Amino acid sequence: MTFGVLRFPGSCDEVDALLACRRFADAELIWHGDRDLGGVDAVVVPGGFSYGDYLRAGAIARFSPAMEAVADFAHAGGPVLGICNGFQVLCEAGLLPGALLPNESLRFVCRQVDVEVVNADTPFTRTSRPGDVLSIPVKHTTGRYYAPGVTLEELEANGQVLLRYAAGQNPNGSLRNIAGVCNQGRNVMGLMPHPEHAVDPLTGSADGGVLFASLAAHVEALVATA
Amino acid sequence: MSTLAPHRELGLTDAEYDGIVERLGREPNGLELAVFSLMWSEHCAYKHSKKLLRELPTEGPAVVMGPGENAGAVDVGDGLVVAFKVESHNHPSAVEPFQGAATGVGGILRDVFAIGARPIAVLDSLRFGELDSERSRFLFDWSVKGIGHYGNSIGVPTVGGEVLFEPSYEQNCLVNAMCVGLARRDATIRSAASGVGNLLVLMGARTGRDGIGGASVLASAELSAEDSAKRPTVQIGDPFEEKKLLECCLELLDRGTLVALQDLGAAGLSSSSSEMASKGEVGLDIDVSKVPLREAGMEPFEIMISESQERMLCVIEPGRLSELLEICERWEVRANAIGSVTDTGALRVFDGDELVGDMPVAALVDDVPLYDLEPEEPTGRLYPDPPARIDAGAPVERALLALLGSSNVASKRFAFEQYDSIVGSRTVRRPEAADAAVLQLAGDGGSGAIAVSIDGNGRRVAADPYTGAVEAVLECARNLACVGAEPLGLTNCLNFGNPEKPHIAWQLTRAVEGLRDACLALGVPVVGGNVSLYNEGAEGAIYPTPIVGMVGSLPDPASTPVSAFTEPGHVIALVGPFTPDLAGSELEKLRGRLSTGLPPVDLAVQAEGLAALREAVRGGGLATVHDVSEGGLACALAESCVSGRVGASVDLSPLGASDPNVALFGEGPGGAIVAGPAAVVDRLPGAVRLGDVGGDHLQIEGLLDFDVGALAERFEGAIPAAYA
Repeated sequence: MTFGVLRFPGSCDEVDALLACRRFADAELIWHGDRDLGGVDAVVVPGGFSYGDYLRAGAIARFSPAMEAVADFAHAGGPVLGICNGFQVLCEAGLLPGALLPNESLRFVCRQVDVEVVNADTPFTRTSRPGDVLSIPVKHTTGRYYAPGVTLEELEANGQVLLRYAAGQNPNGSLRNIAGVCNQGRNVMGLMPHPEHAVDPLTGSADGGVLFASLAAHVEALVATA
Repeated sequence: MSTLAPHRELGLTDAEYDGIVERLGREPNGLELAVFSLMWSEHCAYKHSKKLLRELPTEGPAVVMGPGENAGAVDVGDGLVVAFKVESHNHPSAVEPFQGAATGVGGILRDVFAIGARPIAVLDSLRFGELDSERSRFLFDWSVKGIGHYGNSIGVPTVGGEVLFEPSYEQNCLVNAMCVGLARRDATIRSAASGVGNLLVLMGARTGRDGIGGASVLASAELSAEDSAKRPTVQIGDPFEEKKLLECCLELLDRGTLVALQDLGAAGLSSSSSEMASKGEVGLDIDVSKVPLREAGMEPFEIMISESQERMLCVIEPGRLSELLEICERWEVRANAIGSVTDTGALRVFDGDELVGDMPVAALVDDVPLYDLEPEEPTGRLYPDPPARIDAGAPVERALLALLGSSNVASKRFAFEQYDSIVGSRTVRRPEAADAAVLQLAGDGGSGAIAVSIDGNGRRVAADPYTGAVEAVLECARNLACVGAEPLGLTNCLNFGNPEKPHIAWQLTRAVEGLRDACLALGVPVVGGNVSLYNEGAEGAIYPTPIVGMVGSLPDPASTPVSAFTEPGHVIALVGPFTPDLAGSELEKLRGRLSTGLPPVDLAVQAEGLAALREAVRGGGLATVHDVSEGGLACALAESCVSGRVGASVDLSPLGASDPNVALFGEGPGGAIVAGPAAVVDRLPGAVRLGDVGGDHLQIEGLLDFDVGALAERFEGAIPAAYA
């Protein structure tokens, strides 16, 4: 099982994500200019400020050759996890519903928050249980999850809301305290918290490992049944 | 606009102009005069401080690079070195805080990756006027945003820092940024140009008219009311450009492509090229027509002195140019060969074929006029008393709440939550979690961790420049000791007023003596630093503010204590040679008094105390260690309670202070509170047991009793309330 972690110019957390993935499986970096994903089993679109994010977070990265390949990979059912800037990129690319708006405070916020697992029946959360509380840091300026009311209702009804900020922990004003969502096919997930920064108790928490462990287990299970 | 002679308008004295003529053997042309004015400015030449700085100890067993390189570096074992340096960006930030602070961070990052180290941490030391001033709220808010904008975007964590608010910084705020980088010892590179015929390559952003004359106009003269007109001399930062430049340079270094590397900072191409030539004892030819420009029609002199950001200069062998260009293209970094190394010993500037400037490198860099300070101890008071916030007779309950809610003591969460403190996966102790930031090196092939801190207290230095500077070193070393770290090296930024004034010269001289003596007593070498003079507004000079940054190493990050109380039942004790005194304290400030004089410090005793504290922490088992600083013992205890959301019951009578205000709020070097299991605390030599962790109140026997929630509201709410 091999994770591929995208690297855009301006990515900041790609090495952290790579190291986090390697705690659970093999992992390699994928250069933004490459159209070939090199046969990886799951893709992580990492955090940072891809291409500087001067226009709008994630607006440029979605046009990169590697993202075109990721879109094909996702449409074929491959699992894709977008973290922070990666979540923004996946929304911009239309692979996830909704959008990320500037935080209510209009300030960057870096804070350890509690998030609750809402749906544990996905490739990203399968090693957790509904109601599990994970301590994971957020760090962003543009993390307020927004979608029209009708879309939110659909997301809730389809079980596409995977993570919610715990009561009183919403750091950015996200609607319905949404911290992470997936697509209808449940193979593309985006979240604002940084699970790659929560894989070691020494640096704060190991709770974020659930996402990487789940993805690794998902891929291993596919291989076993193939 | 001005009728001054050209050299005076550029900040040169008549005698300095004559010196230029003498060194050239002729009158300088306009380009040469512009270059000299910058190279001979205080900012580039340290002409008022260089002689003084020679007194600082610079050698130690861990030193790999000392002062003179882009950054200092110390050996942290396992084949790794840590590079670090602090630099000021005070005047740009006072004129335009967002870009001023942002480019301050950008500049210090370049200093560190210029020696081949990957930046792994930023710390900031900030000073503003009081938060009830609209100007100061604006400067603080936008400086923090600027620091965050640059550091967050480039993926380097801001792991610590400090902010103090005093009336003397109302006009002239201080923004000092420190960067810490990590490199393999065998991968570091120096800035000396070498190899006649080798190429000089400019990498990074295009060159524009921004920041022209920043070093001489902004950094080397006092601020005045017309400074908003100087906004165009402030540079604009582009962290994305720098991120690409950083990754590109590190890849070039990793492949061994470069002979030498230097960042472009103050005075742009002029200083970077002449310093590279000076260190390598060679000459350089530069063709400004090969420099990619941001706008058409720039004069050769403008190209030579532009301070456009995000540029680096390197020397390579001609045969490796295509390899360099290939790597630069991959990172989308512009690179142009703009000149070559010569044996002329001169910096020659060409515009195409035309020679437009020819200056001996020695005259630009080495043979610069240096001035002796003329220090004179002032007879009267230099600074007004601060406004009184509480009565001298206020009850201790009121004093504690006032202190916790004062901007100097209150939590700086408002600021540090705007910084990414965790990117890089090294941060074991985040801001306010412990007295120093702790960064693990396990992922880099290191066995332990480093601790970093940055400290200074201008008000105490104003009270006594010598002792105040000594205390800054001790405070920084104590913060390191609180996490078990042994200091390996020190960097400093000397923020002072106009050194041509005798009383400022006296402050500077005494403060440097204090730094020297403290460094010698602790055995900590100074590996680099920066001097920022002329920090004055219409109402006078800032408090003399030497800022000290230190890097230390510790063997086991997992056992690092925190500053919070963690477990009911833990025993609390005071350790270290601590004699509380109200002179120079925060309480005195709130009472509206600025002290003159501080109690003398016994450096030998303090050095022993620091070693004992470090050993106590390394011995293991201590859950909590927090030094006693601003606001004294009562504030230190309150902070540990608030951080841990748990109470404590203590009795200060074993300390024997007769005045409760002194016992509770007295300050001075040397003290730390510790907490842990009784078996651990009781065996610490010289520990004075004060009480226990537990409950939800902070009770100080016979003096105070507060709900921890109420203390938290004060401590955490004060700064956000200023922006409500």
